[in-house]
Amino acid sequence: MDSGTLALQYLLSGVTKGSIYAVVAIGFNLIYSATGVLNFAQGEFVMLGGMVAVTLAHFVPLPVAVTGAVMVVALVGCLLEIAFFRRLRHHSILHMIVITIGLSIVIQEAALHIWDEKVRSLPYFSGNEISSIRFLGAAVSPQVLWVLGTVGVLVLLLHLFLRYTLQGRAIRACSSNPEAAMLVGINISNMRTLSFGLSAALGAIGGCVISPITMTHYEMGTPLAIKGFAAAILGGLGNPMAAVLGGLTIGILEAFSVSKLPAAYSDVTAFTVLLLVLFLRPHGLFGSPVGESVREY
Amino acid sequence: MRKWFVVGIAVCLLAAPLFAQKTSSKPIKVGAIFAVTGPASFLGAPEEKTARMLVDKINADGGVLGRKIELILKDSGASPEKAVSFAKQLIDEDKVLAIIGPSTSGETMQIKQLCEENEMILVSCAAAEVIVNPVAKYVFKTPQKDSQAITWIFRTMEDLGIKKIAVLSSNDGFGNAGKKLLEEMAGPAGIEVLVDEVYDKGATDLMDILTKVKSAEGVQAVVNWSIVPAQSIVAKNMKQIGLEDVPLFQSHGFGNLKYVEQAGVAAEGTLFPAGWLLVVDELPDSHPQKKVLATYKKDYESLYKEDVSTFGGHAYDALMLVVEGIKKAGSTDREKVRDAIENIKEFVGTAGVFNFSPEDHTGLSLDAFEMLTVKDGKFTVYKK
Repeated sequence: MDSGTLALQYLLSGVTKGSIYAVVAIGFNLIYSATGVLNFAQGEFVMLGGMVAVTLAHFVPLPVAVTGAVMVVALVGCLLEIAFFRRLRHHSILHMIVITIGLSIVIQEAALHIWDEKVRSLPYFSGNEISSIRFLGAAVSPQVLWVLGTVGVLVLLLHLFLRYTLQGRAIRACSSNPEAAMLVGINISNMRTLSFGLSAALGAIGGCVISPITMTHYEMGTPLAIKGFAAAILGGLGNPMAAVLGGLTIGILEAFSVSKLPAAYSDVTAFTVLLLVLFLRPHGLFGSPVGESVREY
Repeated sequence: MRKWFVVGIAVCLLAAPLFAQKTSSKPIKVGAIFAVTGPASFLGAPEEKTARMLVDKINADGGVLGRKIELILKDSGASPEKAVSFAKQLIDEDKVLAIIGPSTSGETMQIKQLCEENEMILVSCAAAEVIVNPVAKYVFKTPQKDSQAITWIFRTMEDLGIKKIAVLSSNDGFGNAGKKLLEEMAGPAGIEVLVDEVYDKGATDLMDILTKVKSAEGVQAVVNWSIVPAQSIVAKNMKQIGLEDVPLFQSHGFGNLKYVEQAGVAAEGTLFPAGWLLVVDELPDSHPQKKVLATYKKDYESLYKEDVSTFGGHAYDALMLVVEGIKKAGSTDREKVRDAIENIKEFVGTAGVFNFSPEDHTGLSLDAFEMLTVKDGKFTVYKK
């Protein structure tokens, strides 16, 4: 394999991984922008999306299964918010973050009991386990293109929603200035529920589209959440496109690291770069400093 | 005087049945520590199901020495700390005759010393060589040795003329153990390891590592030592990146048809060493293991509606070895049962035919393994 093709292959493998991280990062980003909460159960939403879709796919065609899974997980997201966050006496952000960590553990165990420990996956959306598309000598699975396409569409839809619809603007208002939002009659709690539900739905779609690549199993949430969180931070919290770029960057960095160093160091490389970026630009590569309208789009 | 004597005899006669009942219906307690939930549940879940199924079957057939077996099951979740505390419980409180399990080598090593000191029979379902090397009087194990699996892999490579390979392994205990053994045994087998990479066991995609494999000139085969889901991901990525003609060898951890289904078409042609359980239909009736394997497969699959796996088989072997020890010793005295187990010869289990001795507490030889492959989505014996 000549070095040009080789470099391209590494790049494509990096994009594959990066797109998976991006899928999780978008959801992280939305809840943070809307409510200031870092949702460490985001990985579990991704996992649930895949699991529910796999179960449904036994009975209905794939697109219906995916839609059904997204609706179910969105509902779960809303219910979790209502059950755990509304009752809080002090809506301290720190409390809510810790609660999401607890939720992540509970959801994992619940998934284990509902579905058992086996690994499962959705069928490839197009092609099968061995099909691959060739670009100039390098190969990539068609499913990766599905992931990238889905991520792109989601970012676009999210942008349109937040900019041009009433609910979207209400969410932005809450994040920008909660007291003012309340004064003009926006129900903060409802907006938080909505953003959890949306974020869960985003995670679920992500879980479905990455399922053929990564396999779906009850434990997949935590490692995904860690990488997704890192991606969101690297990109800069507050901007969905930045989350995607952050994810792709981490994926490509890991692939680059594998090309030069033993593969065991790929995580080290990615996190070292993350730390360096944070030292130099604490708000991430594409985010704007806190205080400015970080959450304005 | 006479009257009291008669009354005394009558009382004894009346009370006698009570005593007789108690001793013959007192169950034989056998402890079991399995990782039913948690990261090793693919081992512990089928093991637990197998143990329960067997105990019910034995008890329905009248038990052992006329007594029922009481299985005291503990779920360690693959945590060595829990395994230690359960072992202590089983030894001190429940005072079981023997313990079967644990499912993983890490847990077994933590309780090996404990059982030896307390003179508790331990028949482990974990594979690491250190469990029986150095030999501890009371500790046995039922799976084949990792080194035997690797010997088979290298033998097949020699037949195929493969001299240069890539070794991929996951960063957990199983992967590390396999990697070390592969590195040690490759040189003497005349095989050169060109690429040697470790990946995170929760890795979602391995295209980058396989790019490295593809870029290394002359790799003739890839050996992957991990458990799911990485087993399936490697298989798929290899085909996607264009390494279809390079044979993929998996570890004996590939022993469940579910893994073939998950990798779909990409699993075709995978080579891995395993016991005969997975291809029992291809065994001639004259093979010593045929009856045991066929019965186990039928019972398990009809009861639990899932494919049988070699892991559940280890629990079958462990429990049946204890039962055989009790039968041979004709008693439930722990010393006698231990001696009986240590002298078991030609015992047909699922992993192979066991021959124990004071020096060999594993009991299986190289022909407990066979090289299998995947053809048309099914396991079959690999023929050159």
